[in-house]
Amino acid sequence: MIRTAVFGAAGYIGGEVLRLLLGHPETEVTAAVSSRFPGKRVDSVHPNLRSATDLTFCDAEQVPECDVVLLATPHRSAMALVRQWASRTELLIDLSGDFRLKDADAYKHYYGVAHEAPELLDSFVPGIPELHRDELRTARLISVPGCMATAGLLALRPPAACGLIASRVLVDGRTGSSGSGATAGEGNLHAERSGAMRVFAPVAHRHEAEIAQHTGLDVRMTATGVEAVRGVQVVCHTELAPGADHRAVRAAYREAYADEPFIRMVAHKRGVYRYPEPKILLGSNFCDIGHAADEGSDRLVVIAALDNLVKGGAGNAVQCLNVRMGWPESYGLSFPGLHPM
Amino acid sequence: MTTATQTCPECDGALTIDDSVRMSEVLECPGCRSELEVVATAPLLLALAPEVEEDWGE
Repeated sequence: MIRTAVFGAAGYIGGEVLRLLLGHPETEVTAAVSSRFPGKRVDSVHPNLRSATDLTFCDAEQVPECDVVLLATPHRSAMALVRQWASRTELLIDLSGDFRLKDADAYKHYYGVAHEAPELLDSFVPGIPELHRDELRTARLISVPGCMATAGLLALRPPAACGLIASRVLVDGRTGSSGSGATAGEGNLHAERSGAMRVFAPVAHRHEAEIAQHTGLDVRMTATGVEAVRGVQVVCHTELAPGADHRAVRAAYREAYADEPFIRMVAHKRGVYRYPEPKILLGSNFCDIGHAADEGSDRLVVIAALDNLVKGGAGNAVQCLNVRMGWPESYGLSFPGLHPM
Repeated sequence: MTTATQTCPECDGALTIDDSVRMSEVLECPGCRSELEVVATAPLLLALAPEVEEDWGE
């Protein structure tokens, strides 16, 4: 069994990492690190893990030797942990925003602070199996992208790589409240959050930089919090390149994703769920992608949906771990989602 | 029973169809879920069946 340690284990992403690793046939969790709850039982914070583990949270100083470290800590704190653990473990997977952008100036622009370990930015392999599978097989440092970024870049990369997109892309991202993290705040009060359709980032959301980095496109993003706990949906508006059509877009997706275990093309002519919707993806590692073109015009709309805590975070990290270790990519990730939900 | 592979006229996805299919039979494409009508059997030819649109916004 591979020994894993999870930092930031009391957060929502950390809890999902624990859930997936505890159900994984090849991993054991040797440490669940929390600065807020040392000594407290893990299942007192993550009640869904009752009977799955008797672990208690520990301090960072109490972490035993392990094979894999996963950082589910907030950005900025991950930088220090990477320095501390990079040389002490076979593999480190960072789920924070600290090592997603390759450009330190872009990091400062989007995160508002200078990067403290810019020399390490190029050492991280992007945690995107669909784009970087071969590099992940030998990676020692992996950076998992943001939730809306994952949906956006997976949706836009195939048509972008085939030169089918002519212009700037406007990404309209919608997210559930768990994307705000497990820390209390006025904006997370039920009275303030319930029923909201809150545009919290009309311009310059951090994830637009990640989508641009991985697609080469000019991306602008707006993010809105909606009435949901989990789930992300991005609706991307753009224009087809001259000579491109809907059929070429479809062929680009087929070529890119035909063998991907966690990408499903969804653009159905019938049924209730005709286009990607997070509602039926909750708990699963799938990213559903669909597209529509306005016949007779150059308008292209691309839609993607996923569970922000799974394919948008913890599940993607476990998929990367599976790739790195040479295990089947579906290990620990076979849950198909629920319906009705 | 033998089968033939046809291409969906809507999404270009592959459909496997057995040779007992009849004229006017309606099949569903597994890729885009379009309903496809058999408009000829020798050779086999599929066309989009008429559909009823949904609209939640009006």
